[in-house]
Amino acid sequence: MTVVALRSKAKTMSDAAPVNVIDVHDLSLVFETNDGPVNALSNINLAVSGGEFVSFIGPSGCGKTTLLRVIADLEQPTSGTITVNGMSPSEARQKRAYGYVFQAAALYPWRTIGGNISLPLEVMGIGREERKQRVAKNLELVNLSGFEKKFPWQLSGGMQQRASIARALSFDPDLLLMDEPFGALDEIVRDHLNEELLKLWAKTQKTVIFVTHSIPEAVFLSTKIVVMSPRPGRIHEIIDCNLGAERTLDIRESPEFLQIAHRVREGLRHGHSYDGTHL
Amino acid sequence: MRRSPLAILAFVLAAAALVLPTGADGPSPVFFATPAILFAAAAVALFVGASTTSLLTLLVLVHIAAYGLIALLGSFTVAGPGIGYWCMVVSAWLLAWLAVQRLAALRLASADAQRLVNLALPVLFGAWLLILWEIVVRGFGVPTILLPPPSMIAARIAGSVPTLWADFQQTFLKAAIAGYVIGCGSGFLAAIIVDRVPFLRRGLLPIGNLVAALPVVGIAPIMVMWFGSYWQSKAAVVVIMTFFPMLVNTVAGLAASGAMERDLMRTYGSSYGQTLLKLRLPAAMPFIFNALKINSTLALIGAIVAEFFGSPIVGMGFRISAEVGRMNVDMVWAEIFVAALAGSLSYGLISLVERGVTFWHPSYRS
Repeated sequence: MTVVALRSKAKTMSDAAPVNVIDVHDLSLVFETNDGPVNALSNINLAVSGGEFVSFIGPSGCGKTTLLRVIADLEQPTSGTITVNGMSPSEARQKRAYGYVFQAAALYPWRTIGGNISLPLEVMGIGREERKQRVAKNLELVNLSGFEKKFPWQLSGGMQQRASIARALSFDPDLLLMDEPFGALDEIVRDHLNEELLKLWAKTQKTVIFVTHSIPEAVFLSTKIVVMSPRPGRIHEIIDCNLGAERTLDIRESPEFLQIAHRVREGLRHGHSYDGTHL
Repeated sequence: MRRSPLAILAFVLAAAALVLPTGADGPSPVFFATPAILFAAAAVALFVGASTTSLLTLLVLVHIAAYGLIALLGSFTVAGPGIGYWCMVVSAWLLAWLAVQRLAALRLASADAQRLVNLALPVLFGAWLLILWEIVVRGFGVPTILLPPPSMIAARIAGSVPTLWADFQQTFLKAAIAGYVIGCGSGFLAAIIVDRVPFLRRGLLPIGNLVAALPVVGIAPIMVMWFGSYWQSKAAVVVIMTFFPMLVNTVAGLAASGAMERDLMRTYGSSYGQTLLKLRLPAAMPFIFNALKINSTLALIGAIVAEFFGSPIVGMGFRISAEVGRMNVDMVWAEIFVAALAGSLSYGLISLVERGVTFWHPSYRS
């Protein structure tokens, strides 16, 4: 039983669970700007099944963040259909189907780290006792136990971003949407957090959608890499990438890793030159 | 050790004062003691190395000398103080300046002691302002109607506590506070509504702007006609004055939270009210406190000025306008003192609350 993720331009190989977590059909999004319409997304087709780790990669302007925001119901598509957990994105959002991690930690400075992690729980009307337990559990999950009473500005950038991941996980959504979460961090911290994220993914069995512009990051983390290209924003190619469950940073030296990274790079380059012929 | 030019000049002047005529009428203990003590202070400042002990000695001596200088003011002949006296005044002033300078440079190990020093600086500064004011006004015989000496104002305050208290109650505790609470409260609520209903932002804000531009001297007599001459009309003037700063600041504050922070609340399926309470109002607090501080001074000014246009025979503004007419300038100054004290205390109180509420803001983070 296979559900092919790609229906138009891109080629793919994917096997999916009975119900896809995310299903996108012929989705387009046009922004009306002062300089005329901008095709942010054009004919997107994508299926993501449960437990996958999918990366969107591409140059800026390719619509990777916009696509993530459409999934999160933060942008409305102009045409096409999309379902999240079999529902419309709006329903899924109201049912708190996903946790979203932004480019910046966006922790509220007037709340402690613990207070920030319990924020979504408060919004969702969860009682004080359970909030406390969940805050402790999720702080432990991201290795921040003991920092509960600190304020965000007292923590390093990497720690702040870990706290924001704990916040996204606090209400235990099955789907985690991450928009270049480590983009603002230096490479050493980034490598470390990538490793931790992978462990977290293995431990929690969540479906993760991860926007990045780093090829090594995408190859290291993903089970599936969606290569996107700009003007109009579209999916160029979907590359399967499964380097096994037990990954360490050393894997980045392995031939398999380098081969996939090469494919992604070729895809990105081709997407660009394709773009060039149309300019 | 490099000698400070201030200390050298102060020493020369103090030495000159020992021989020059001061113009005081007849020998008295103060007559002899003041120049001697001042000379001693100048000697300490010039010859003893800077240390906490020498600084304390200097402070004590220069203030005894200042007391002597003020005491001497009552003993002059009709010709007034002589050149020697003014030498002493300038010398004492320079020494006080030097002492404050050294005090400000002091870095103490104990945090409590350092806090005490930080508190002492403005107190000393204020004290010397009053000392020089007293000496110059009385020494040069400035008419009290132009500028009464601080001692006269202090005596008037001490002698008129019941009147001042009644005026304070009428103008500050009733009119200013009632107007402030109503004005800030309604400005805040209006901001929430303006923020919620977009067309109001375009329609109401310009009208609010117009109201803010209304001159208080034009509004006050109208409010007196509408609400009578008792404190309610003054409160109404204060409401009009404080409404707009609160409205504009709160509207700006509600827009201050970032797009990402708001998107975050959206991903939680947060309602309008939840987003308001948990994100937008906390983010607006620095703006709201800004308005509260601006309004605390506006409220007092509004309440006082409004009383010029009709009021019962009590109130700070009424007293000022009535006593100016009767040439009782010391009473006017007494009211000004009460107003300044009340104004700075309420401003300070709001600042203190602000620090507690917006501790997270980059300007307060420790």
